Order: sequence, then structure tokens, then C-alpha cells
Amino acid sequence: MTDTLRGLLGSRQVWIALVLAAALVTLPWMVSAYILGILTIAYYFGVFAMSWDLLFGFANEVNFGPTFLIGCGAYAAGLLNAHGAPVWACLIAGGAAALLGGVVLAVPALRLSGPYFGLATLVAVLLLQQFIVIFASTTGGEIGLTMNDILSTEPITNYWYALGFMTASGLVLFTLSRSPVGLILQASGQDRIGASALGFNIVKHKLAAFCISAVFSGLAGAMLVFYLGTASVGTVVDVAVGVQVIIAAVLGGRRTILGAAIGSIFLILAGEALRPLGQLSTFVVSGIALLVILFFADGLMGLLLHRRGDT
Amino acid sequence: MLDARGSAAAAAAPLLAVQGLTKRYGGLVAAKDITFQIGAGEILGLIGPNGSGKSTVMQVIMGIQRPNAGAVRVRGVDVAGWPSHRIAQQGVGIVFQHSRPLHRQTVLENIMLGLLPDKLLKLVADRHVRERARAIAERVGLGGVLDRKPGTLPFADLRRMELAKAIARDPKVVLIDEPFAGLTASEMDSFARLVADFRADGRAVLLVDHNVKSLAALADRVFAMYLGERIAEGTAEEVTRDPTVRRVYLGGGIDVAKRPPRAAGDAPILQVENVSVLYGKAQALEGVSLHVHQGESVSVVGLNGAGKTTLFNAISGLVPYNGRIVWNGEELHGRSAAAIARSGIVQCPETRELFGDLDVRENLDLAGQHLPAPEASRQLEWLYLLFPRLRDRERQIARTMSGGEQQMLAIARSLMMRPKLLILDEPTLGLAPVILEQISNALEQLRSTTSITVLLGEQNVTFALPHADRIYVLDHARIVWEGEPSCFAAEAAATYL
Repeated sequence: MTDTLRGLLGSRQVWIALVLAAALVTLPWMVSAYILGILTIAYYFGVFAMSWDLLFGFANEVNFGPTFLIGCGAYAAGLLNAHGAPVWACLIAGGAAALLGGVVLAVPALRLSGPYFGLATLVAVLLLQQFIVIFASTTGGEIGLTMNDILSTEPITNYWYALGFMTASGLVLFTLSRSPVGLILQASGQDRIGASALGFNIVKHKLAAFCISAVFSGLAGAMLVFYLGTASVGTVVDVAVGVQVIIAAVLGGRRTILGAAIGSIFLILAGEALRPLGQLSTFVVSGIALLVILFFADGLMGLLLHRRGDT
Repeated sequence: MLDARGSAAAAAAPLLAVQGLTKRYGGLVAAKDITFQIGAGEILGLIGPNGSGKSTVMQVIMGIQRPNAGAVRVRGVDVAGWPSHRIAQQGVGIVFQHSRPLHRQTVLENIMLGLLPDKLLKLVADRHVRERARAIAERVGLGGVLDRKPGTLPFADLRRMELAKAIARDPKVVLIDEPFAGLTASEMDSFARLVADFRADGRAVLLVDHNVKSLAALADRVFAMYLGERIAEGTAEEVTRDPTVRRVYLGGGIDVAKRPPRAAGDAPILQVENVSVLYGKAQALEGVSLHVHQGESVSVVGLNGAGKTTLFNAISGLVPYNGRIVWNGEELHGRSAAAIARSGIVQCPETRELFGDLDVRENLDLAGQHLPAPEASRQLEWLYLLFPRLRDRERQIARTMSGGEQQMLAIARSLMMRPKLLILDEPTLGLAPVILEQISNALEQLRSTTSITVLLGEQNVTFALPHADRIYVLDHARIVWEGEPSCFAAEAAATYL
């Protein structure tokens, strides 16, 4: 235990994250409720992106359909809530539904190699989207599903929920990535043959990573719809949302977990700051993301760490 | 599962017993009915030229490939066809030739990886893991670099780290692929000591390498393969003396064609002067010099890993090098691979690099893109005369053809580009003798009817000698012999076997 603890405290990443978290805690006294609302969404995206980085950065599997997991969680929570279940039960159900969906998808998909895993996850999103549209009478279809309950009407309370959830998720995912199983996962991702020759069942480890990613994605998806008050295809299932999650994670820095959260906050704040540009804002943000991917493949976190020599 | 009698039998049985192992890739039989055993504290050397199937046997034992037939018994349990991780858990470890370490982790963490159990709930490593990893690192000589990242280590230390990872699992059977590749003489000694330690520990060790020479001091027994079959077995000395082994490595009655003497005094068309190449930390070529004259056929012979492909890639401008390469009086340094190819140096690579999803004709047409149409069709006609087989296969998709046909297509495609210098890298790799003869005839025709200069890289001396005016022997990144084919058997054969 002491080794792990010393490892965590010795990491620059952890210090960067602590400083950032401290700054975020002071924000409710410094910025408007509107900005707090934007950040609340950004934090849920942060969890989406961190979960995604566990798969991409560590298991070396590109999940093109993060919104399949997010959507499973969001809609399971939404539908249960429509039938009168309390919020806490819906949140648990959201995590469980994403886990179930993730297992059903990953067990066959992880047997594929190369780009086919990614393609399978992409197709899963389209299937989920069609499913929601076809069963519109239950799911609300393209209009969306209005929730009976919401987390809170107070922006500050919502902000605390989101920040707390992101911090807790980040802590769990980061610790996991630095633990022995994280090490095995990285070995499985980087050198399939080498890792299995060392006696590791790589499918098992990748499947576990996928399940963990699914639970956090689903839980975050459920929290998000309870914050927004509606669950709709456009906010939690659409492929474009998934692309944004992926961009955030890559922008923040692959294989860092915490970078993914920073990338999400940056991406959503940048989109907001450029809102006066109208249609152009999405274009500019995407352009910035492209430049970072092309020229700083290690992302924002990579820039911070490299400058300080912690490669 | 095992009753008392069964476990007693397992204890008496060899640690590794391979029986009747057969592996086919499509029509190619990579390993055929291979049988051998290794006991506790024994080192078996598995040798064979490139393409002989020795790596296939190793991969099947490790579970990286599934066998078509046969048994692999590890401590009495047949593991043939099991997935790798279960075979590893049964007690088999492997030291790969090329290491792919975790670059963000330290050397110590990389070794710790080998000590972790295959469990999902291992969130905290046991206290003893770190100490064990440290002890293993000390044992293989990595004690001073525990906290460094693998990227900063010299090549030999990376190999030590691979060895340490294998030791960490405490395997009963250790497979080592080319234990000495890329190491200097003194590093080889310390590696040999580490391998000998495995024997002292009572493990069964399988060393896979190209020739007897490199393993002779270490191996208790040697098992030789050629074209997927066992050709000899015995002590290193017995295998070295074995007539079949000698024929495979050195050729039987070496047939040396009579060559018209070259006009004396003409300047070389290609000069390679003191060329060295480093791959990361491994020295792939060291101070290599050679020259080739207009119309001459020169063979560079050497075992896999000697540096032949690196030499050719340096000439073709595909790898950076130190030294000078002069072609037709012009220095090639700094010119792009494409510019060098346009100036008339065309390489037919060992890997063939055909467009697998295109047919024969399309592959050839692509290579003839730069020729005017009438000239391209004349060239095509000539190539079909040279390789009649290709005309029959004109519309066949390249990747569905046999290895021999693909090789013919690769050579034809290089010739389509009308080279002045044709570099052929291992054209005989993995091919059956009957195909060799057809390729051999084509090369003979090239020599007698065209002015194309040929630089041939081969480990198959039987094939290389008859097609050469002069021979260079490349061994461990250096030229160790140069001379006429007729002198090879007497002067250079010993360094080669």
C-alpha cells in the first residue's frame, strides 16, 4: 500500500490534478451560475473521456462508440425514472445497464483484431440510436425523454455533484491505471504476444477494462440526464457526442486518465468562449483539436509533463 | 487429475516433449513430424537456415501458433493448441529476439510485470514482488539501472531485461530465440553464462539459432531442421560433421559456372565504402566495403541477421548510414529512395512486397508505369519469356499464388523497372528445390543475355555460388571474406557453418 501511495504522491500528474481540483473548488464563489452550468456538463464529459482513455490509452483498443455505453446508462436511468423509480435506483440501474450492454458488445468484439473492434463499437451506437427511434412510444424517440426527477434545481448543488463525481471517478480510474492490473493492461495493449507469453489472459484483462469503462460511462450518462432533466439522442447517443468525447481524451493526453478530464473541460469551455463566432465556433474548436492531435500527439497533459521532464 | 502413478510418471518424464509436431500454412508445410525431448538441466539447440521452420516450432510450443497435428507435453501435460497464457502458466517461458518493453515504466516495473499473477483484483502488488524483481535484476546484471526507462538502455541491457522477465515467472521450460543476435563478443560471454545458469537451475532450455557455431559451446544436443523437416540430431560436433547439414549450409558438390573474364581495369559501377548502420543500439553493419563492376554478378552470403538486408537498404537509400556509397561516380548520400530507384538501382526485397490484392498483370503494369506503352509491352513480353509461369497466371491474384510464383513475380516486377543494378534479397527464402531451379535458370538467362548487374543476397550458399562472379561473406555486421566462388569451400566454409 505504501508503495502505491508513494507512487501516487511522486507523480507530477497527481500534483497537477490536485492544484486544478483546488482551483475548481473555489469557482462557485467566483463565477456566474451560467458558467457553473457549463462546467457541470464539462465534468460529466470528463468522466466519459477518462473512461474512454482507460480503453484507448491502456488496453490499446479504440472504442469509437463511447456513446453506446453512455446512452445505455442514460436511457436505462431515464426509463426507470419514468416508471417512478427513485433517483438513486435509476443511477445504479444506469451503471448496471451500461455494464450489461458493454459485456454483450465486448465479448464478441474483443475477439476481433485491428480496426474491427472499433467498427463494431461504432455500429453498436447506430443500433442503439435506431432502437430508441423505433420504440419512440416508450423512449420518447427523437424528441427525447423528460425526467420526472432532477438532481437539484440549485446550480451550485449540481456543480458540487458533478465535481465530486468527476473527482471520485478520476481517483478510482487513475489509481487503477497505476496499479498492478493497470500494468498488465498496458502490457496486454502494447504487446499481445509478449503479455500472453508472460501468462496473462489478455482478453480477460481487456474485458475487465471495458466493463470498468462501461460502468463509469453509464453512471455519468445517468447523472447527466438527471442534471439536464431530459434524455435525448442528440445529447447522449449521437455519434457526434462520441467524437467529442474522443477528441477531449486525445486532446488532454493519451494514457494519462487525468488529461482526459482536462481535455473535456478545455473543449467545452473553448466552445463556450467562442460562441460569439456562431457556427464558426465548432469549426475553430475542431481545428484546434486537429492541430493538437497532429503536432502534440501526447496532448495537453503531455505538454505539461514533458516540459518538466517527466516522460 | 493425476493419480499417484501419473504424477510419478510426470516427474520422470522430460520437462518438454514434442512429438510428431506438424504445422501447415496453406500449402506450405512449415514443420513436419518434429519430435524431440528436453530433460531438466538440459540445453537443446534448434538450428536451421532461414525458413527452415525452427521459429514455427518455437511458436507452436509457446502457443502463439496452433499445430495441425502432434503433441507438446510440458511436464507430462499435452498443451498443444492451448492459448499462450495457459501454456505460460504451465511453466513455459520465452525470451523474444526483439523486446517490446513498456516505455513509460522503469526497468524494475517491467520486471515486476513478470511477477504479477493473472488476477483482476490485484490492485496492490505484494511486498515481496518488488524485492524479487530487484533480486532478479541483480542476477542478470541490471542492478545499476533499475530506475531507468527502457528507452535509455543499451541493446544488451534490453536483452537482459527480457531474460529477467522470463526468469520472473520461474519457468520450467525456457525458449530463447537467437540468444546472441546483435551482441558483442564480451556480451555474448555474459549471456552464455546466464543461459548456463538456467541449466544449473534444472530448467529445460531450447535455444533457437541459425547455425551450430554460435550454440556449440552451450548446447548439450543440437537438432537441425531444413524446409520443415528434421535433418540431423546429436552433439554439436556430430551435427557439424553431418553430411546433410553440410550440404544444406554449404551445398553439395558446389557447382561453379565458368565465367568469361571481365575486361581488366574498368571502374566499379557501385562502391560501398566503410558503411556502418545502427538500429537504435544494435550495430547492424560495421565498416562494410564492397564494389561491383558493370555486368558483374556479386553474391553477399550470410546467415539471417548478418546484415544483408540492411546493406541493401542502405544502398537503396532506405536506412541512414555512415560512410560512402558511390553509384556511377556519384555519391548517393542524401538522395531519396525514389531518386535512387530512378537512377537504376532496383531492389527486390526479401519480403517481396507484392500488391497482394492485385493480379499478376496489374502488379507488372504498375511497375511499368513510367515506360512508354510500346516499350512496356515489349518488356512484358520479355518477362513472360523469362518466367513462362507468369503468363499462365496472368489474371491470378498475387496473394493466392504459391511462394515460388510470388517470388518470380517479385523479380519480374523489379525487372519491369529496367534496372541497371538488380538487388535480389534472399530470393530462395522458404522455396522448394524445384522452384529454385526455375529461378536459377532465369538468373542464368539474365546474365547471358542482358547487361544487368546483379547483387544477390543469400544464406543459401548452394544457390548463391553458381550465380556469382565474386562472393562476399557477411557475418555479424562485417565482411569477413571476399573471393572467387571456387575458393569458398576451402577458405570460408568454416566461418559459415
